[in-house]
Amino acid sequence: MADSIRLHYDVSGTDFTLAGAASSDVKRTLKQLGISPDAIRNVAIAMYEGEINMVIHAGGGEIDVEITENDIRMVLEDHGPGIENVELAMKEGYSTAPDNIRSLGFGAGMGLPNIKKYTDDFRIETQLGVGTKLILKVNI
Amino acid sequence: MAKIFHSVRLDADKCQGCTNCIKRCPTEAIRVRNKKAYIISDRCIDCGECIRVCPHHAKYAVSESFNELIKYKYRIALPAPALYGQFNNLENVDYVLTGLKRMGFDDVVEVSKGAEILSSATREMFENGELKRPVISSACPAVVRLIRTRFPNLLGNLLPTCAPIDLAAKIAREKAKKETDYTDEEIGVFFITPCPAKRTAIKSPLCHENYGISGAIAIKDIYTVLVQTMDKLKSEDVESINDSGIIGVGWCSSGGEAAGLLKERYLAADGIENVINVLEELEDEKLNDLDFIELNCCTGGCVGGVLTVENPYVAKARIQRLRKFMPISCNALEDYFSLDDLGWTKELTPSPAMKLADNVITAMRMMSKLKEIENSLPGLDCGICGAPSCRALADDIVRGYAQESDCVLHNIQVGGEDDWLPAPFRVKVQNEDVGEKDED
Repeated sequence: MADSIRLHYDVSGTDFTLAGAASSDVKRTLKQLGISPDAIRNVAIAMYEGEINMVIHAGGGEIDVEITENDIRMVLEDHGPGIENVELAMKEGYSTAPDNIRSLGFGAGMGLPNIKKYTDDFRIETQLGVGTKLILKVNI
Repeated sequence: MAKIFHSVRLDADKCQGCTNCIKRCPTEAIRVRNKKAYIISDRCIDCGECIRVCPHHAKYAVSESFNELIKYKYRIALPAPALYGQFNNLENVDYVLTGLKRMGFDDVVEVSKGAEILSSATREMFENGELKRPVISSACPAVVRLIRTRFPNLLGNLLPTCAPIDLAAKIAREKAKKETDYTDEEIGVFFITPCPAKRTAIKSPLCHENYGISGAIAIKDIYTVLVQTMDKLKSEDVESINDSGIIGVGWCSSGGEAAGLLKERYLAADGIENVINVLEELEDEKLNDLDFIELNCCTGGCVGGVLTVENPYVAKARIQRLRKFMPISCNALEDYFSLDDLGWTKELTPSPAMKLADNVITAMRMMSKLKEIENSLPGLDCGICGAPSCRALADDIVRGYAQESDCVLHNIQVGGEDDWLPAPFRVKVQNEDVGEKDED
C-alpha cells in the first residue's frame, strides 16, 4: 500500500515542558483520520513515555512515525548513553533516573515496561555510549 | 444533516472581520469570510469564548427575554447559584429569591437544590462501583460538547446523569402541579442562566429529553430590575425560600461539585485552556489515580459565565461568605428521586466534526495532502486567510472550503513580488541593516 503518512519530530533534550508535544500532535492527526480510540491511546502513551525517556536520559532525540492503513509504526532514536542492562530496564519499578527527575514525579521505572505494554511490536536496540533506538508498532 | 441548535450567534452588522475570535475558539469553529466571521455549526460547542474576546461585541448569546413570561399563567424561576454572587453587601440569599418573586415569578426553586441531590446521587453511584474512573463531571455542557468533538475517547468517563437544573425543573413542575390547578402548558419554568452553553443544553439536550424547562433568561438581562426590586424589599417582606446548603451553592465555582462528593482524590480545573490540558492528560491515562475530575470551561467555574455581571473572583468571594451561615446540605437523593430518574436515556456519540472522512483510506489521502500543504504555507498563523492557523487553512483546503491562494504569503513564496507587503511579512531582505543582530 503506497498510502502512508510520515511524521517527524525532534525532541528537545533539556525542556520538560516540551515533552509530550510530539505525541500530542500524533494524537490529533490520528483522531482526524478516524483511527480507533484504543489504537490512539496506545500510540499516545507509548510515544509520550518514549519522549520523556529521551528528555530524562538521553538529551533528546528524534521520532519518526509512519501511519499506514493497518498499523502505526514509530522509531524513537537517541544518541544518549545507551542502556547497560536491558533486561533490568524492562523491569517494572527499575529506574536509573536521578533524584531531581524523580522529585518531578518521573522516573518511576515504568517507562519501558509501559511502552512494551501498549505496543503490539516492541524492539529495542541499544549500545553503550552510542544511543538507544526503539522500534514500535501499534496495530489498528 | 440535522440543524444543530446554538445559543452563541453572530451579529454580522457589528462584525468587522477581525481575527480575534478565530484564534480563541477551542474547536477552531470560526472562519472569516467576506469580511465577516462565520461559525461552523457542527464544530461550535457554545462555550462563549468568542463572546468574551470580541472587541466589537459582534458575538452574542441568544436567551429568552423577560417578556416570554407572559406566555404562561404560572411562572417559576430556577436561579443558578452563580446569581447569588452578583450583589454587593448581600446578607441572605432570600433577598434574591424573594426579589425574583416580586419581579413576576410565582415560585422560585433553587438550582442548588438539584445540585445537592445530584451530589448525593453521585456519591451513591461511586459506592455502587458502577462508574468508570476517573469520572468526569458532565455538569458543564460546553465541556461535554468539547469532549464529544475533540476527546471522544473519554465519553465513557463522563458522569452519566442529567444536570442540577434538570432536577430543579422536575421538582418545580411537580410542586406547581400539586399546589395549583395549572396544566403543564400553563406552567413556565425558566432557568436564570450564567452561560449560553446551559441554554443550549436545555433546548437541545444530548443525553436525555428536556425536563420541562421552558427557557433560559440571562443573569445580565434581569440584573438591573432584580437589584431595583431587592432594594425596595423591607426585611419583614423577605420570605424564607432558601432550601439548599454549602454543597449545593458551592457548585457555582470551580471545585464545588468535587467537594460535594466528600472524596479527596479529585481534580478541579477551570478555564478552557486548562480544561483542554487536563483532557489531554486524561486521554494519555496520566491521571488514573484520581476518582473525579471536575471541569468548567469558564474561569472560576459558573461564576465566570459570559452572561454574569460580576467578576468571577469577586462573585466567588461573596458566595463564600454567604455559604458560611448555611447548613452543609438540605437535600438528599432519596427525598425526591431514585437513581433511575436521573440517568441518561440517549447514547452520547462522538461528534464527527473534526474527522477528515468516514473512510480511513480517504482520510489518510487527505491527511497526506494536508501535511504537504501545511508545509508549503509560511507557518505564521497570521489569520489573514480567515483560518486560525496555517494548519487549519490546510485542513480547509483539503476539505474543499478554501484554496492555497487564500494565503497572501503563499503567492510570494512561490516566487511573487513582496515589495507591497508590510515589513513583517516580506520574505526578501529589502534593507541590509534591518534584522542585523546585536553583537555579543
